[in-house]
Amino acid sequence: MHTPTSDTPRLAIRGIRKVYPSAIANDGINLTVMPGEIHAVLGENGAGKSTLMKVIYGVIRPDAGEILWEGRRETISNPAQARALGIGMVFQHFSLFETLTVVQNVALSIPGRLDLATLSRRIEEVSSRYGLPVDPRRLVHALSVGERQRVEIIRCLLQNPRLLILDEPTSVLTPQAVRKLFETLRQLAAEGVSILYISHKLDEIQELCHRATVLRGGKVTGTCIPSRETPQTMARMMIGVDLPACCHGEPGDGGEVRLHIEGLSHATEDPFGTDLRDIHLQVRSGEIVGIAGVSGNGQQELLRAISGEEPLAGKHAIQMCGVQVGRMNPARRRALGMCFVPEERLGRGAVPRLTLTENILLTAYRKGMLFSGLIRFGVAKRFAEECIRRFDVKCGGANSEAKSLSGGNLQKFIVGREIMQDPKLLVLAQPTWGVDVGASSFIRQSVLDLRNSGTAILVISEELEELFEICDRIVVMAKGTLSPSKVTSETDVEEIGMWMSGLWPGAGAPEGAGHVA
Amino acid sequence: MWLKFEPRAEPSRAMAYLSPLLAVGLMFLCGMILFYILGKNPVEGFRVFFMNPVKDAYGVAELFLKATPLMLCAVGLSMGFKANVWNIGAEGQLLIGALAGGGLALHFEGSPSPFLLPAMILAGALGGMAWAAIPAFLRTRFNANEILTSLMLVYVAELMVSWVVHGPWKDPDGFNFPQTRLFGAEATLPILLEGTRVNAALIFALGALVAGWIFMNRSFMGYQMKVAGQAEHAGRYAGFSAKRSVWIGMLAGGAMAGIAGISEVAGPIGQITEHISPGYGFAAMIVAFVGRLNPIGIFFSSLLMALLYLGGEQAQQYLNLPSSISKVFQGMLLFFLLGSDVFIHFRPRLVRRRK
Repeated sequence: MHTPTSDTPRLAIRGIRKVYPSAIANDGINLTVMPGEIHAVLGENGAGKSTLMKVIYGVIRPDAGEILWEGRRETISNPAQARALGIGMVFQHFSLFETLTVVQNVALSIPGRLDLATLSRRIEEVSSRYGLPVDPRRLVHALSVGERQRVEIIRCLLQNPRLLILDEPTSVLTPQAVRKLFETLRQLAAEGVSILYISHKLDEIQELCHRATVLRGGKVTGTCIPSRETPQTMARMMIGVDLPACCHGEPGDGGEVRLHIEGLSHATEDPFGTDLRDIHLQVRSGEIVGIAGVSGNGQQELLRAISGEEPLAGKHAIQMCGVQVGRMNPARRRALGMCFVPEERLGRGAVPRLTLTENILLTAYRKGMLFSGLIRFGVAKRFAEECIRRFDVKCGGANSEAKSLSGGNLQKFIVGREIMQDPKLLVLAQPTWGVDVGASSFIRQSVLDLRNSGTAILVISEELEELFEICDRIVVMAKGTLSPSKVTSETDVEEIGMWMSGLWPGAGAPEGAGHVA
Repeated sequence: MWLKFEPRAEPSRAMAYLSPLLAVGLMFLCGMILFYILGKNPVEGFRVFFMNPVKDAYGVAELFLKATPLMLCAVGLSMGFKANVWNIGAEGQLLIGALAGGGLALHFEGSPSPFLLPAMILAGALGGMAWAAIPAFLRTRFNANEILTSLMLVYVAELMVSWVVHGPWKDPDGFNFPQTRLFGAEATLPILLEGTRVNAALIFALGALVAGWIFMNRSFMGYQMKVAGQAEHAGRYAGFSAKRSVWIGMLAGGAMAGIAGISEVAGPIGQITEHISPGYGFAAMIVAFVGRLNPIGIFFSSLLMALLYLGGEQAQQYLNLPSSISKVFQGMLLFFLLGSDVFIHFRPRLVRRRK
């Protein structure tokens, strides 16, 4: 038996290459992780991080290169083999069955017969040892996103992994929950577990990780010790150029009210959704209002009520530009000057198999693209080309299919399409979610410019830094209801993070705390 | 060595158009093998089945006659199929169209009015639409699957036809045969070419192809239906009505099938009988998919399907095979088309077996 010594890397990969028909995802990647090391893999979307992790976890097979596990060459051909070696992975999108309990979900991933009572005890052991409180008997649909992530982590830990891979783990957590997760990870590292931490959040990597490998365009562009770098130097490694700073401008005040929500309550049809309770909100022209909160607290339901995708029973609760719109469908609300950038880009904000020109028609058809029921494709195409040029959308032209674009470029296209319609009210959901740093700052600047030209803007985001960067006022959503608003300069991340648990002054008793991470 | 299917990065456009041709080729090939197994000379069989029917002008005219109801049904159905509206009851809508229009012809028997024929066509379209409206209503109101309801209504329609020709509308001078009186000249579609049976319905069919092409490729409503069919959430996000897509998809299919039905009884048949359609409404689904839901493709695929019908009759006459051989060919065509369509999204590759 080969016994690794402390100077044998836990994992060393050499010259990994993976070519897809459309792109080179990984090109000669080298990476070394020592026992007990928290190692960041940093890169923009499309840099090849996910592909690399899937290679390590045995989901995909590299075209070239080798993997050394504790000094020995291994061919990892499937995830079961990876788990047998001692590799665990927590994916960004969880793979849990909502209608089963925690222990049932965990049991599904463990081979062989086992009895649930013993397994429950083991889950409780692991959860108390690593500060991951979760009740094994609860149904998953009743858990918050943070708790679900704990289930995923516990599921990995039960297999006693020696390498834990985490893919963007903090994107769904409150600041307080992030801190708890970091404590757990540090404890694991102290016990000798190696951790591969995938992220694009530079401050977190600086706080947590011992070393970082930076990827760009499928290649390693550098390795560094994050504590000796600044976010600016790491960003430069990641995107190749310096980040432009957003210029904010003075907050406007006293513009006309473009969106007025008064006492909105709405029971959702989704059994796992959140009911909206007594929501009050005003957005005026020339201001950006942000809604912070952990996802699953009613944001989806509120957005569908505002956009008209789920019209209300009564027309009074929502007014747009002075018109009561509660019962109107999205097309009629758009006619009043509302534009909306949804969270899901492919399949909601854009039709995957249609060209960009055809996707322009989806919402911008009012801009002179119709003539007695027929489509004026020339006008739509010019609009698409203008959008591609102004918003720097990287694509093969207006005739490319939407699904051929990367997530960030498609988002720039959708944001561009909505902004170019000169909206009176623009609603954005997770505008930069999964979008790379360069494109994010471009989108934020475009939104700020629009606000300065007098548009009323509502942003719903899980990224607190983003809200603090662009918003004039912030409200918090928790358990289907909204907090009072705070002027951004008069609050801080601590206070908003606290409110995200539903604990703002004057909030109701914290019943049904299930949605709080 | 073994064959592996790799997903393509982009669906292959070339393959989308080649696939129907490949399917036709495979159908020819397997058809000849089938002839051989049945003890016929395969080359002779091919000649009788696929070339005999169109060896003279009359044969070509018959080809267009048979293709007419197929074009009508297929173009109507493809409008719905593009929007994910699965009307598979065109056969029933065709029959009800024939009953509605034919009923008018019987009621105004002997009327010299020049409006009788246009009224019959209109009644045929409305009859087909009414029959299609039932599944549309059930789908939009109760979310009932239109595949099931539209199919079941085919059998109801067949029984209704059977009832009227055995009962109330039976020709009193018809020696008790289950059929109505023959329609008068004013209630019969004019022949386009002297000496053939090709009638004005072909003009309706070609017009429907052009209108269908404009609707699907140039109209905003057709665009909305395409969006609703491909990405339901995007349709809702944009504010397009999903219910309206279902209604238009179903009613377009019903109207076209109804016109096909009245064109048969007011055309080559000349009366209502129990055998109005040899399964045109079902074959039209194959026609629509072989034609890639595109009116230009449907034009050619309906001619091919018509050839299968004629070939079946020839095979019965000259090869001593049952005429249902054309159903076998239809089945093979659909089977090979579905098989070939795999290549649109996957590319075959020979790989060495590992270990």
